[in-house]
Amino acid sequence: MTRRIIISLLLGITITTLPVVMIRTAQANESGIDAGKRLYQVYCVQCHGVGGDGYGINVADMEVLPKDHTDTREMQSRTDKDLFKAIKHGGKAIDKSVLMPNWDGNLSDQQIESLVRYLRTVCCEKKTK
Amino acid sequence: MFTHNDKVKKRNGLAVLVLGVTGLLAGHTATAADARRYVEDNCVSCHAVTKPDFAASGIIERIERKGPLLYYAGDKFNETWLQSWLEKPHRIRPGGSFPPHHTVVTDDGDVIDDNTFHPHPAVPKDIAKVVVDYLMGLHAQDVPSLTQTYQPKQVSAVLGKMNFNKFKGCAACHRDAEDSGGLSGPEMYTAWKRMKPEFIVSYIKDPVAWDPHSMMPNRHLQEADIHKLVDYLKLIGEKTP
Repeated sequence: MTRRIIISLLLGITITTLPVVMIRTAQANESGIDAGKRLYQVYCVQCHGVGGDGYGINVADMEVLPKDHTDTREMQSRTDKDLFKAIKHGGKAIDKSVLMPNWDGNLSDQQIESLVRYLRTVCCEKKTK
Repeated sequence: MFTHNDKVKKRNGLAVLVLGVTGLLAGHTATAADARRYVEDNCVSCHAVTKPDFAASGIIERIERKGPLLYYAGDKFNETWLQSWLEKPHRIRPGGSFPPHHTVVTDDGDVIDDNTFHPHPAVPKDIAKVVVDYLMGLHAQDVPSLTQTYQPKQVSAVLGKMNFNKFKGCAACHRDAEDSGGLSGPEMYTAWKRMKPEFIVSYIKDPVAWDPHSMMPNRHLQEADIHKLVDYLKLIGEKTP
């Protein structure tokens, strides 16, 4: 009887704490499209816009408009490697504006990959939604 | 029903009372312990006064952060500015602590909705003094050492602005005047008054060393280039009333 109670208690603790542990681990790993979406919100929307259209809160005084990530044709002309390079090393690395900074000091390669995956949903999956 | 601001005011008022009574009973001015209690009662719901577990929380910490990190306040702030700001707080980050929470999409692009902000409570002068003493005693433990390497040099307003805007791209996120620059980062025309020069240098050099979830990029600038930017911040900061 005592054994059954102990097993039930242990099972209960595992069931209640497992989702928390899983969420925390997922957040720390920062991979996948959901992680990409969160990272986009933190690092990109200020310039590229909440909707990804390039009209973020910072653009009013900019001399160059940030990339419109909803422009399917333009985005399809860029490979994942191009996007990765632009995010990691900044606009200067791809002969674009210095206003697009290098995010290599803030984001891991894994996080940048998840951002690229999210960008592909913003640019190119809207018609299938 | 209390609004958020009413609750803040009520809590603030209660803590002021507690601090005042404690000081009165003790027969002397408020102690560091009183200041700590005040900070715990009033500040920690929005500000981290101890280092958060950034690795465990992931980027969600930055999304949910309500106010600037204060656990290295003593490394960062100029004491006199902090005192005056607590007595008369005003918004330094046009887009708030996390701009997407205050952004609305319009036909004219994304804009900041001023109605989404809750004003920071003002702290009475005598209480602000002990709170500042407490905050200035907070220092980060595992950051680059803050050695004073910056020696101010003259910079012209035109060249300084060009460097800030075009060459380093700071203006994408920061304003160098009330009406010029981006809105997502803190205003830079008051940076010189707000922060210690050695902190500004160190933060530009490696923002993530201070804040693992900093929204500011590391542009891999040489020390001399950073000093030129700080020269400009000094110039515009000293012009700002």
